[in-house]
Amino acid sequence: MKSAMQIAADVRSGVSSASAELERTLAVVEQRNAELNVFLYVDVDGARAAASVIDSRIARGENVGALAGVPIAIKDNLCQVGIPTTCSSKILEGWRPPYNATVLDKVIAAGAVPVGKTNLDEFAMGSSTENSAFGPTRNPLDPSRVPGGSSGGSAAAVAADMTSISLGSDTGGSIRQPAALCGLVGVKPTYGLVSRYGLIAFASSLDQIGPFSKTVTDSALLLEVLAGHDPKDSTSLPEAAPSLVVHVDDGVAGKRIGLVRELYQGADDSVVASVHAAAQALRAAGAEIVEMSIPELGLTLSAYYLIAPAEASSNLARFDGVRYGLRVKADDVTAMMEATRTAGFGAEVKRRIMLGTYALSAGYYDAYYGQALKVRTLTIDAFARAYQQVDLLLGATTPSVAFAFGDKTADPMAMYLNDVFTIPTNLAGDPALSVPFGTGEGNLPVGVQLLGPGRSEAQLFAAARVLEIADGRP
Amino acid sequence: MSNAISREEVAKVARLARLTLSDAELELYTEQLGQILGHALDMNSLDLSDVVATAHPFGVTNVVREDVITPSLDRETVLAMAPDAVDHRFAVPRILGEAP
Repeated sequence: MKSAMQIAADVRSGVSSASAELERTLAVVEQRNAELNVFLYVDVDGARAAASVIDSRIARGENVGALAGVPIAIKDNLCQVGIPTTCSSKILEGWRPPYNATVLDKVIAAGAVPVGKTNLDEFAMGSSTENSAFGPTRNPLDPSRVPGGSSGGSAAAVAADMTSISLGSDTGGSIRQPAALCGLVGVKPTYGLVSRYGLIAFASSLDQIGPFSKTVTDSALLLEVLAGHDPKDSTSLPEAAPSLVVHVDDGVAGKRIGLVRELYQGADDSVVASVHAAAQALRAAGAEIVEMSIPELGLTLSAYYLIAPAEASSNLARFDGVRYGLRVKADDVTAMMEATRTAGFGAEVKRRIMLGTYALSAGYYDAYYGQALKVRTLTIDAFARAYQQVDLLLGATTPSVAFAFGDKTADPMAMYLNDVFTIPTNLAGDPALSVPFGTGEGNLPVGVQLLGPGRSEAQLFAAARVLEIADGRP
Repeated sequence: MSNAISREEVAKVARLARLTLSDAELELYTEQLGQILGHALDMNSLDLSDVVATAHPFGVTNVVREDVITPSLDRETVLAMAPDAVDHRFAVPRILGEAP
């Protein structure tokens, strides 16, 4: 499988064409989608038309952009005009958005060809895609196991060589965790770096859109396209997109990198071994490794599982059978709303809506939501102190390699614990990425996580590139 | 150990959230929410009285734009996706009861 960088270069130079690259993608989708359940919708006609426009523009000598002719998979919680957008929920089945998410406009303007919408845990709530109303996605590396979640479809699209890049969203690890389980690079950018306009909201103070790819450079390339101020998102950072690709080979010489005990403690032996081997590789490339403990991170799981459901309970109030999607008929409006929501939402979404409603309700607000917001402050302060001592932090992305279907579905807490290493950075608003390093049980990939202070994406990519090379992917 | 949330509280929360639960669901959610909230109560062992709450990573401020009319979504396109529309508006079932 060619990288996005290579596809764009080939399309621009005439070695290949957008249409040829798209047909290759469609052939793999045709071959594997029934088995893996990666795409909920494939926009064959729209993608062919878009590819053909790119090819004619190139024939006229136009510069079509950094992602010229690159097929891209889109998580199905991102709006695309006229294309079914479900959030893997029955409550939105059949709805076609009247507008594009800003990230869709951006990738299209850069010459990429969106090929379809990928499966996810319903409303991005989950860590395995088992919560999708349209069936789980299978891990292309071992179809008896989950691809991770919630962006499991977008991860599987790249892991199955359907596309070289895809878009996901990360609220508590929903890009990094599936990236780790599918052997990919996945990035949760600094909060506000990428516009959330057109991302169907789960927890607005935590959600960020980011890239998946096989190579570090492709994620840097895609994030450069996605980033930048958007007047349509009031939380969008008021600054231009950073240069990332030119810094990918900057290395880590002279950098101080903190190896954080709380970010790998309790993980499987093979995962811990990969984290230590990654530290060794960074040291060999000239970084100074500082062993650290940040005890506050032990509190973040509890805080997250109150803050995210609280925001979700508010955000998902809009699904009431009035403006879009499902309506279950009833005699009065309250009964209609209740019947619609009861029929439309799955079990995990209901669980989180109720959890959030409870945490925000009179009499419990201070004990739960209020306390969680204070823990959020402690987390932010603890990270800030750590970044006074070191440039970046290193840990595991997940406690284990990809797990089997049904392993954790009976016990919500067991599933939530999968996010224990990825959640802290969402609470802080800082960037982090997962990069494959070594293997574990069943020869499955292990992801190690690099974290940095706000706007440190260029340094994160440079460190990830060092690990990519050390792991044998020059 | 007593559950962090009672069956009655779960029923009340479901009502507030406009969700209907079967008896079996009520049972299951009472147990599961109790576990999750029990875990969360760990935080109450900390004295956080001097800590300021943070609701948003970078602090949100109002963002304003020039008061200039720009195109918005086409009304008919939006209404075409609604479950029901009448006279260019979203339509819902009766909100108020019959007059006494």
